[in-house]
Amino acid sequence: MKYLLLIQTTSVDADGAADECTVEDWMAYDKEVRDAGVFVSGESLADLITATTVRVAPSGERTVTDGPFAETREVLGGFYVIDVPDLDAALDWAARCPGSRGSGAVTVRPVADFSA
Amino acid sequence: MDGKDTGAPAAARASVEAVFREEHGLLLASLVRRFGDLDLAEEVASEAVEAALRHWPAEGVPARPGAWLLTTARRRAVDRLRRDRTYADRLAVLRVEAERAEPAPPADAGGGLPDDRLQLFFTCAHPALPAEDRGALLLRCLAGLTTAETARAHLVPTATMAQRIVRAKRKIREARIPFRVPGPDELPERLPGVLAAVYSVFTEGYAASSGPHLQRADLAAEAVRLARILHRLMPAEREAAGLLALLLLVHARRAARTGPDGAPVLLADQDRARWDRAMIDEGRALVVAALTGGSPGPYGVQAAIAALHAEAPHADATDWPQIAALYDVLMALAPSPVVALNRAAAVAMRDGPEAGLALLDGLAGEPRLRGHHPYPAARADLLARLGRTAEAAAAYREAIALAGTDPDKADLRRRLAALADAPPPQR
Repeated sequence: MKYLLLIQTTSVDADGAADECTVEDWMAYDKEVRDAGVFVSGESLADLITATTVRVAPSGERTVTDGPFAETREVLGGFYVIDVPDLDAALDWAARCPGSRGSGAVTVRPVADFSA
Repeated sequence: MDGKDTGAPAAARASVEAVFREEHGLLLASLVRRFGDLDLAEEVASEAVEAALRHWPAEGVPARPGAWLLTTARRRAVDRLRRDRTYADRLAVLRVEAERAEPAPPADAGGGLPDDRLQLFFTCAHPALPAEDRGALLLRCLAGLTTAETARAHLVPTATMAQRIVRAKRKIREARIPFRVPGPDELPERLPGVLAAVYSVFTEGYAASSGPHLQRADLAAEAVRLARILHRLMPAEREAAGLLALLLLVHARRAARTGPDGAPVLLADQDRARWDRAMIDEGRALVVAALTGGSPGPYGVQAAIAALHAEAPHADATDWPQIAALYDVLMALAPSPVVALNRAAAVAMRDGPEAGLALLDGLAGEPRLRGHHPYPAARADLLARLGRTAEAAAAYREAIALAGTDPDKADLRRRLAALADAPPPQR
């Protein structure tokens, strides 16, 4: 079963790294996920200032705006999709993710399966 | 297992239902283990009991009702899977993955129902489920209550409870919360959640948070039953023993806890002859088990405090120094403003009302005690003992405004009224 791990960070510095973990922590975690054979995909997202939002009105009119206006304190910093047997296994990978430390959090969402 | 009218005579039906309720948790857990799907397990368990209601009144209750129910339910499940290929395919995938995740347990040697209930405990009380739904799921899946009974116990409409249970089961299915007992390394993290869910069922039953009735004994009794099953399944876990001990020792006071008019009777004023001695003895033996062989846990310590109350032949004989010392231990293990409040009350009994009041006043800013009527009530009692009548009256009035149940309000009004003809202050 596939799960999306949404990595929420509260504050990132100019390099996109949060205070609680180092680039080395992330590299080690990424290697673990791949070596365990559960990795499906995963990306780290560029800084929030680079984000752009698109909306299309019923009339077909397209609105493009800068950023999501992040009033929420949590910002999506990256994600993994992993394939593991159950939620306990997914929660375990989430707990080991450097993004879950300190002020950060990882949200675990099962990926909907329409094939069955 | 929501009953449908099958035309069976009421008495036979009641006896069958009693059997079914006892076997329900075992049956459901076995089916969940086999088919990996709670909905299917509940559906076929319910069909099996309907079949029992048709056959047993005429043919008699079989020697091993549990095995009969399991065989019948399994047959229904296989039929259902034959009819519904898509569902069967989905379950097949589930089962393969479940087996990949965990080796199958050894087959049951006795030929009776294998006991798979522990995994169901961990599923129902999973931290990924809303805390308020975990107790309800335990009542449904392991205590064998119907949705309507669970709803009544929680004083919510059946439709509301049904909706909550459906949502929780949907999360179990779609997020794939597993049916498994956590490994030894995960257990310290996961077991407290299971114990807390059982305890929440008990506290909900012991003191209704709102409404006209102070106690809902049925719910408390169900919690004792759940704690008993859990302790039997995990005899080596001292906190499981501690929880059962605590529930037994508190539940033993149930008959003395309310007066004939339904008003609450304070521990000090209870008729101790009405305490359930057998239950106390069982609880005390378990306290010993809970506190032996390692550092104590919070349930074991609370049970030890309850045991000290139980051992005092009358209120004046209570070992307050020991109780206050145990509250110190509890504050170190599981600090909370409510524990601090109880500790202050014990210190007041040991060292006098001034000492207790000083501790209570130190808790004045605690957000978790704001709106908690026992806090102003405890202050009022100590102020009354110190002869500070006007302040005591104000604190009682504050407590009356916050109390949720009518009997609690009435009791506080009585204590307020008693201030007028209070005896001279102690000490």
